[in-house]
Amino acid sequence: MSAKDTRKLIVLAAIWAVLILAPYWMVPLGGYTALATRVLVLGLAAMSVNFLLGFTGVLSFGHAAWFGLGAYGAGLALKFLAPSTPLALVLGMLLGGLCGAVLGALLVRRRGVYFAMVTIAFGQVFYYIAFQWSSLTGGDDGLRGFERQPIDLGLLKLDILSNANTFYFFVLFCFALAVGAMGFILRSPFGRTMIAIRENERRARFLGIPIERHIWIAFTLSCFFMGFAGALYALVNNFADPRGLHYSQSGDFVMMAVMGGMRNFWGPLLGAAVFVVVQDYLSSVTVNWMSFLGLLFVLVVLFFPRGLLGFLQRGKA
Amino acid sequence: MTQLLLFNVTNGLIIGAFYVLMALGLSLILNLSNVINFAHGGFLVIGGYIAYAITPYIGFWGALVVAPPLTAIIGLIVERVLIRPLYGRDPLYSLLLTFGLAFMIEDGTRFIFGPQGKPVTVPPFLSQPLSNDFFFITGYRLFMVATVMIAVALLFLLLRYTRLGVRIRAGALDLETVAALGINVQMLRSLNFAVGIFLAGLSGVLAAGQLGLEPTMGTGLLMPSFIAIIVGGIGSLPGTLFGGLLIGVASGLTAVFYPAASEAVMYVLMAVVLLIRPRGLFGEEGMLT
Repeated sequence: MSAKDTRKLIVLAAIWAVLILAPYWMVPLGGYTALATRVLVLGLAAMSVNFLLGFTGVLSFGHAAWFGLGAYGAGLALKFLAPSTPLALVLGMLLGGLCGAVLGALLVRRRGVYFAMVTIAFGQVFYYIAFQWSSLTGGDDGLRGFERQPIDLGLLKLDILSNANTFYFFVLFCFALAVGAMGFILRSPFGRTMIAIRENERRARFLGIPIERHIWIAFTLSCFFMGFAGALYALVNNFADPRGLHYSQSGDFVMMAVMGGMRNFWGPLLGAAVFVVVQDYLSSVTVNWMSFLGLLFVLVVLFFPRGLLGFLQRGKA
Repeated sequence: MTQLLLFNVTNGLIIGAFYVLMALGLSLILNLSNVINFAHGGFLVIGGYIAYAITPYIGFWGALVVAPPLTAIIGLIVERVLIRPLYGRDPLYSLLLTFGLAFMIEDGTRFIFGPQGKPVTVPPFLSQPLSNDFFFITGYRLFMVATVMIAVALLFLLLRYTRLGVRIRAGALDLETVAALGINVQMLRSLNFAVGIFLAGLSGVLAAGQLGLEPTMGTGLLMPSFIAIIVGGIGSLPGTLFGGLLIGVASGLTAVFYPAASEAVMYVLMAVVLLIRPRGLFGEEGMLT
């Protein structure tokens, strides 16, 4: 095992240790466990955006739609189908992923800004549906009247509803599953073709990679991850919000990915952590938090385009 | 029924005219600089509030003349300071930057002028209905449509016959060659940006007289403008013009029969157009990739 591999393992172990111990170190630092849960879920969403943006080089600016659909899917399943948390997660993921798969087929021929523009517009379709179809979705008020349900493992009953720490560990478990799947895909031959497309689409085409199909698959996978994150988010809040589908939410996700560092697998998680903490802090100290958040966007783009991790790594080299 | 239909079609055309002004500016900037200007709605708001601030001193006509160029100057400064460093980088960055800028403009206007809507008074002879049967056709609405038509005509003349216009069109096709011919591309981009923002400022003033002003109004007009561009065909300005009017009228007509879907119909239209003709109605082959 080379020194590089050892260092990678140490970093990985450190990341997971920080995540597993979060409920114990966050509270003394003035945070609260629910904040850590939100970081985890939004971080997963940002990593899903980055799966497409950072590793395939395709900019979707409408990914909040799949996130929001996941949330509504989970909420509606809990409210109308069955009081089962795992079922809600699966249905939310399916709703986000399948809608994404269908639309993805319409979009794959576009590139660059045009892809971004068309994804924004189509993402808004779902925002619009959630907003208008009040009898089902609750319209502007959002979908209420459901709660995450305790998980019965036979021997052990997990009370994820009232115990914040238990719920955090449940979310961490789901996060680990999703991130594991993501990492596995990126290491697979298919994942290598994604990176090949990012680096040089024309060359990748000459090598016989069916570009459109692979972009579509990457897009669809990313939508499934996004739907899963959205479903988790509905469980976090016991609430699904139409604003979760809005393009400004997509912008936040892209910002998290860029701020953390989009060439790095873990970058978006770091970006999400910074973003959530900053937003939480700003909205508690000033009513003009939108201005400061906007300023953050501008500053990151102008001065830290490679993100925090990119900046750190460059400093080291 | 006829009256209701006419009423809504007129409404649709007027709203469509706003979309057209917004979308043409967006399209100009997108085609030449490859920047999706998320802050375009913000510039509309700036134009409107400038008009609101100066109307008491120089009247509506004065504001109509002064506010759009002032907005364009603000646009020039923004382009020079914030957007120019991003040319040649991944379009992702200019998108995020203008996205943040839109936040700042919306919140800034709310901070300065307050969250409540502000009216801009138009000259009284413009606000009278022209006839009793067609009560909805006020002088102001006719004036607005006329102004938009003149502005669009001037824009197309500018693009067709002036040196600047020819360079903008050439640059949209192949900026590298234009640069190789010794044309100052930075300057070209700045001027082009200013023209786009001028149109946003103009629609801000016009919207202020018709709808009143709110800090969020720009955001509401942004998405239809995107759809107008996509429907008309990215890269084609006549397409954008047609797309804006088309979705305006379509949503006006839908409002007659099924008001709840009047905004949704734009998205349906977009999906249908993209399915049948992926490059948009007037788009040219290859522009979309």
